[in-house]
Amino acid sequence: MKALMFGWEFPPHILGGLGTASYGLTRGMWECGDMDITFVIPKPFGDEDRSFANIIGTSQVPVAWREVNRDYVDSRIGAVMDPDLYFRLRDHIYADFNYMRTNDLGCIEFSGKYPANLLEEINNYSITAGVIARTLDFDIIHSHDWLTYPAGIHAKQVTGKPLVVHVHATEYDRSRGKPNPTVYGIERDGMTHADHIITVSNLTRQTVIDHYGIDPAKVTTVHNAVVPLDEELLRIENPRPSKEKVITFLGRITMQKGPEYFVEAAAKVLRNCSNVRFVMAGSGDMMDKMISLAAERGIADRFHFPGFQKGRQVYEMLKASDVYIMPSVSEPFGISPLEAMQMGVPSIISKQSGCAEILDNVIKTDYWDIDAMADAIHAIISYPALYKQMREDGLAEVAQITWDKAGQKVINIYNKVLGRG
Amino acid sequence: MKAICFNFEIHQPFRLKRYRFFDIGRDHYYYDDFLNDDIFERIARQSYVPAAETILKMIDATEGRFKCSIAISGTAFEQFERYCSEFIDLLKRMADSGCVEFVAQPYAYSLASLTDPEEFADQVAATCSMLHNRLGVKPKIVRNTELIYFDDLAPQLVQMGFKGCLTEGAKHILGWKSPNYVYTAASAPKLKLLLRNAKLSDDIAYRFSDSSWPEFPLTADKYINWIASTPVEEQIVNIFLNMETFGDMQPATSGIFAFLEALPRFAAEHGIDFVTPSEAISKIKAVGELSVVHPISSADEARDTSAWLGNRLQHEAFDKLYSVAERVRKCNNRALKQDWQYLQTCDHFFYMSTKRKADGSMHALFSPYETPFAAFTNYMNVLADFLMRVEEEFPSKVDNEELNSLLLTIANQGNEIEALNKELSSMRKNIEQYNIEHRPAEKPAKKAEKPKADKTKAAKADKPAKAPAKKAEKKS
Repeated sequence: MKALMFGWEFPPHILGGLGTASYGLTRGMWECGDMDITFVIPKPFGDEDRSFANIIGTSQVPVAWREVNRDYVDSRIGAVMDPDLYFRLRDHIYADFNYMRTNDLGCIEFSGKYPANLLEEINNYSITAGVIARTLDFDIIHSHDWLTYPAGIHAKQVTGKPLVVHVHATEYDRSRGKPNPTVYGIERDGMTHADHIITVSNLTRQTVIDHYGIDPAKVTTVHNAVVPLDEELLRIENPRPSKEKVITFLGRITMQKGPEYFVEAAAKVLRNCSNVRFVMAGSGDMMDKMISLAAERGIADRFHFPGFQKGRQVYEMLKASDVYIMPSVSEPFGISPLEAMQMGVPSIISKQSGCAEILDNVIKTDYWDIDAMADAIHAIISYPALYKQMREDGLAEVAQITWDKAGQKVINIYNKVLGRG
Repeated sequence: MKAICFNFEIHQPFRLKRYRFFDIGRDHYYYDDFLNDDIFERIARQSYVPAAETILKMIDATEGRFKCSIAISGTAFEQFERYCSEFIDLLKRMADSGCVEFVAQPYAYSLASLTDPEEFADQVAATCSMLHNRLGVKPKIVRNTELIYFDDLAPQLVQMGFKGCLTEGAKHILGWKSPNYVYTAASAPKLKLLLRNAKLSDDIAYRFSDSSWPEFPLTADKYINWIASTPVEEQIVNIFLNMETFGDMQPATSGIFAFLEALPRFAAEHGIDFVTPSEAISKIKAVGELSVVHPISSADEARDTSAWLGNRLQHEAFDKLYSVAERVRKCNNRALKQDWQYLQTCDHFFYMSTKRKADGSMHALFSPYETPFAAFTNYMNVLADFLMRVEEEFPSKVDNEELNSLLLTIANQGNEIEALNKELSSMRKNIEQYNIEHRPAEKPAKKAEKPKADKTKAAKADKPAKAPAKKAEKKS
């Protein structure tokens, strides 16, 4: 089966969980066999793993005719695209886009990030998607998250192939219930045009049904999974061995992640235990507020803000932690507790997280229940039996959550949509 | 002649309230009274009371041919007294009927037998005295918590004066053998063993109202036929059930009470009797010995102790709890001793099980907690407070032996004081006697008054006078 996937991020150049999930899923589907996947992203860097999917960057897709020779194309974009494909794409330009800002190859430049003119970039992405859809042969279209829904709709309209949209998050989660109407509009448009909708948790599925008015029969949950960690990461030594216990929060410090509940719980724990430190790693628009909140509670000496962590630093941080905590107010899935479990760190997560639906060996509390959260933190650091049990059972559990299982579910949905039972 | 031996277990734990770590050292009340009251009254209303009434009705209707046995834990009995005292009258009526035998078991329905024989003996004795005081019965048969049994337990049970013990007919122990015989304990041949017929018991307990079961619906006729069709040599069928099977696990609407009530009629048709465990072991000859090296129980698929001691959490909680057993037994603080009982109840450990699948769902069904981790955390917080109280009573830096000698000294001094007091009073009597004998001339009216005054005076005056003397004696 041939699938055309639209995504926004792809490892190793990722900005959030979307890229990791798209990568894992694509790989998992490929492992199931008999899948030919083309993955479209705005801007490839050339170091992406292309062993299981053809990657096309929209910044190399011509939308305006330029008379160029093969050698020139090869020298310009050979690292990220086969020149033959460039010429095939060029043959399928469907309108005159010379009025747009295009480069010497007739391509639109993309940042591949989340720039201020994001809506314009989404629109451009959709324009190039039209060229791709006209060029390639595929059975089904799969759009990851709202940024690529317009592209998916466009591809569906020009080819008549069925569209599956994958909801990794909704505007409701990001805004704590006060959605931006433009974003909401794009999301709802994608969902109504879709032949089937995949959500990353039942929580998100319910949001899609309740807030976007979608027929429940059209929405299926496929929980995310994790890619097993490299040996090298597992071997990381604890960079800061200490008798003190370390409780870690890792993630964007934004409203959605519930950082203030972590600070309040920390204050409660510190009132009774002295041998413990708290770390809030990450950055975000609520960071300053959190720093002053920690100071206000008089715990600033034991509450630390090391800033944004990336790559290997994340795993070093986890290795130095005794407890991982994710008090998200609304989390469509939340991959980070699974990563913590892979590193053998017991996790406390909010019941309002999608991953709570599939995890057993974690402690789940309501995000607002700081008493329960403080109690859970205290229990893990004070009762070694609990720590060991959660650590070992957690490792075993997370090893079972693999992408090939999720991939198979998605393939089954494809078959259903295509009427191949 | 075949016979059915029924045993109905009545047990409810004192469930713990949500106890946060900041309560440790501040709040010494651990129980969720509202939840316990709620659950207990519901089960009593739906199950215990109607079941007991049905049994009494059956005894009446069959003129005493229907017999059964009941085991009740101390924690359940206390909750009956609190929340449903009318049930005690029903128990009393059953005891008086002579058709219901009461079986002893650990007071707190604890796992003490697995680690602390002394505690186990104390708890069984406590249940026996409870049954004797409240119902006027003296148990001869014992069943351990959840039918736990192993070889090392048997000699102790014999020593405690029990003639028989109820346990599980665990397949991995029996092998080709049938549970439908009386066995003796390999480690103590005087002790008879009655083994639960797991299949026939669970047919009622779990499958009775399961419409996906091929045998559904189960009728009394069919059930008695199954029993009647067992080989002729198999003379006893042991059906051990939790009392709440009737009306709670199997709701009244499933017809479970009618099923129970109809059993004696069909049994009579097939010439099947009902016996109490005592009758069973005296009437039926034992066929052989049974050796159980590792503990068996009636819980979970594994029929071992893994339901309570299957993971690290459970072991940790269990070990911490029993680490202070000796100390708690030594102290005289009644509140502490009561908590000690309630915290031992095996249900607390059952809630901490991390088993999955069918067993897991059974654990989750009974647990008031959302997850085993929550069960563990809450229990450990309570235990932390409890341990602190034990520590206050007897600091842990005084080791057990030292503590023993100190307590012995105190006890000896107490005895000594008592002996001296006795001596004192007899001396005083002698003096009085002497006075009376040597002053016969005094008037009778005065005579009556004088000794009284003397006594109070003496009591006031003599004691302080004597005490320093005693001290002096000792010093020298």
